[in-house]
Amino acid sequence: MTTLEDIEILLVEDNPNDVELTLRALQKQNLASKVFVVKDGAEALDFIFATGTFAHRKIEHRPKVILLDLKLPKVDGIEVLRRIKSDERTKHTPVVMLTSSQEERDVLVTYNLGVNSYIVKPVDFSHFVRAVSDLGVYWGILNKVPY
Amino acid sequence: MIDPEAVDILLVEDNPHDAELTQRALKKTDLAARVAIARDGAEALEYLLSNRPKPRVVFLDLKLPKIDGVEVLRRMRTDDRTRSIPVVVLTSSQEERDITECYKLGANSYVVKPVEFDKFYKAVGELAIYWLVLNKSPL
Repeated sequence: MTTLEDIEILLVEDNPNDVELTLRALQKQNLASKVFVVKDGAEALDFIFATGTFAHRKIEHRPKVILLDLKLPKVDGIEVLRRIKSDERTKHTPVVMLTSSQEERDVLVTYNLGVNSYIVKPVDFSHFVRAVSDLGVYWGILNKVPY
Repeated sequence: MIDPEAVDILLVEDNPHDAELTQRALKKTDLAARVAIARDGAEALEYLLSNRPKPRVVFLDLKLPKIDGVEVLRRMRTDDRTRSIPVVVLTSSQEERDITECYKLGANSYVVKPVEFDKFYKAVGELAIYWLVLNKSPL
């Protein structure tokens, strides 16, 4: 069984359809068992900073990548990103925005906050699956993290 | 209109063998990626801080003549003209200190060059597809 320590990908996504599609795409790369899903920004911060319902977690068990939606309930994606990138304990963790927003402003703001990559969710089903599978391989296998 | 001076990738690499291999791997992807090569850190900074259009991504080696890769990254991140350009560190160093330092300075990604020819080739292709097709750059 996968424990919280083995989590390699944190998916922050409130849309159940997108969650299912993302997990299916990652399954193809055998990465799905290492994914943990949270459904809003507050839960994401609790997971990342090991607080609230995740107080038993260790903050040092960092995922290899955080896939972060922009529009989220409670705390939005930009604020989650800001908190991750302004804290010495978490700023090294790669964060990839995975969003339907193509707005230049969102792209610029997130890069200026230190996002590692910005991916626009393809609308087409098969393109979406392909994109998630490629990004799973990139951040799960090719990219190196210092932990 | 396409700016004839615009490139997709600035490859900062002093080893001619690695530069050539990287270019060959990029050609193989069918992305028709336009590549500029800087042979040392000074040349890279000169390119990036000139009036030329900015590349969509920089592939940056760490051990470089004149100005090393870490210093190139540091200067890029403290200059508004280059602050948000995606930088992928592409190096043979697996040292944790280098990895940590690069992320701390704002590298977007850190990839260790595979030693084996085939794997290197494949990795460059994956890098190009990720940063030129999948990723949206802030330009």
